[in-house]
Amino acid sequence: MELVKPEFGLIFWMTISFGILVFLLTKFAWKPIMKALKDREQSIENSLKSAEKARSEMANLKADNEKLLVEARNERDQILKQARDTKDQIINEARGKATEEADRLIKIARESIHNEKMAAITELKNQVANLSIEIAEKIIRQQLATDEKQKALVVEMLKDVKLN
Amino acid sequence: MALITNRLLVFFGLIVLLLNPVKVQAAVDKGEMMEFEAGKNIMAHVVDAHDWHLWGHSSIPLPVIIYSKARGLDVFLSSAFHHGEMTWKGYMLNKDKKVVAVKEMESVPAEQATLHEKLTPHLWDLSITKNVTSLIISIILLCLIFISVANTYKRNPNRPPRGLQSFLEPIIIFVRDDVIKTGIGPKYEKYVPYLMTLFFFIWFNNMLGIIPFFPGGANLTGNIAIAMTMAVLTLIITSLSGNKHYWQHIFAMPGVPKWVLIILTPIELMGVILRPFVLMIRLFANIVAGHIIILSFFSLIFIFSENGANPGAGFGVGVVSLIFTVFMTSLEVLVAALQAYIFVFLSAIYIGSAVEEAHDHGVSHESI
Repeated sequence: MELVKPEFGLIFWMTISFGILVFLLTKFAWKPIMKALKDREQSIENSLKSAEKARSEMANLKADNEKLLVEARNERDQILKQARDTKDQIINEARGKATEEADRLIKIARESIHNEKMAAITELKNQVANLSIEIAEKIIRQQLATDEKQKALVVEMLKDVKLN
Repeated sequence: MALITNRLLVFFGLIVLLLNPVKVQAAVDKGEMMEFEAGKNIMAHVVDAHDWHLWGHSSIPLPVIIYSKARGLDVFLSSAFHHGEMTWKGYMLNKDKKVVAVKEMESVPAEQATLHEKLTPHLWDLSITKNVTSLIISIILLCLIFISVANTYKRNPNRPPRGLQSFLEPIIIFVRDDVIKTGIGPKYEKYVPYLMTLFFFIWFNNMLGIIPFFPGGANLTGNIAIAMTMAVLTLIITSLSGNKHYWQHIFAMPGVPKWVLIILTPIELMGVILRPFVLMIRLFANIVAGHIIILSFFSLIFIFSENGANPGAGFGVGVVSLIFTVFMTSLEVLVAALQAYIFVFLSAIYIGSAVEEAHDHGVSHESI
């Protein structure tokens, strides 16, 4: 049957022209196309890789920043704490010194007051003594102004004296 | 892809719609009352021819190239045969439209000529037949398409594809990755040009074959000589690529008792021949069957209209056969791609089996 009988002529032309087709397409189509596809796939892959790398670098940078930030914060806290401590210390010291000074002043003042007081008392005592003597003198002077009075006194005194 | 298929479907549907009434009308106009021979007509459409029939009595004459030792080389146009009615330079067309030698060297009517029985089997018919013309047209078109696409790649490296490139690129990548790489394995790169050409050649020609008019309509991939050439090429490439492991599995299957080899080796050898044979038959039969079915639906119109005597029945059946033809044509569009895929995928698997490195046993290595 003709349908299933391969024709020599057709095989001949097919072999030649298919050979030419394979040759032409290999040289002018498949090689450049395959190369272009591969290049593009490569470039896409590279781009993806570099994007990934950039992303990881960014992440690293971010982590670094975070770390720096944390460090800075810690440092700040530390500095603040130190400052606070120093402040407290200074205040305490100042307070201590002030108290001491006050105490000292008060003590001096007290001593001085005491001394003054003592001086005043002594003076007062002397004055009182002088006054008393003066008063007594005056009284005595008054009581013994007359001879009778002097005699009465002597009598009085002599009354008390017991002659043993 | 779905969109493209839909568009092709509509496109072919329109072609069928346009063509069908014309054909019926032509038969009615001529009022030919001859018996309509569907089988003969269908066969005439699916086999090769020495001229390219366009419509009615119009056809493109094609060069006839005949060589024989006795008469040397003869080249002339097939129109010299007057559709087989005349002889020319001692040749004529027989009833199968094949060139045969006749004793009369001058031009005489075919029925008066006497067949040169001795010379005829020794004729080498290298004519540019309808299929050869279609082959050349398809090759030119394929070259134009793919070289222009390749140039687009060269012009716009590392850019998204555009135009024809964006249509073909997914297919090229599919064939490369899912057909060739899957079939052959890691050593696929060497075979990409052949298999890629094979895929697009088969697919393109399958599609050209579906188009019912010039420059389509030649049943190229449904021709056994074409399918055979491609299958033999795959066989040759497979055999030339075959490594030690491959041949060892054919001639001396390891791990099998010696006496079994007496049975096994011929079976394996048969398999080597059978694989390309099946490739050839599958492509040829699928394509030719599609053509025959579509032509049969058309023939139904002429059978029912009694070749123009009963136009009413012809139109009635025409509507039904049209619907079936549209359906079949869209199926053929699918088959066109499918058969190209199968042919190339199996070729890749055969080549893959030949270049495959030795591996652990227990893995199946046979597939037809």
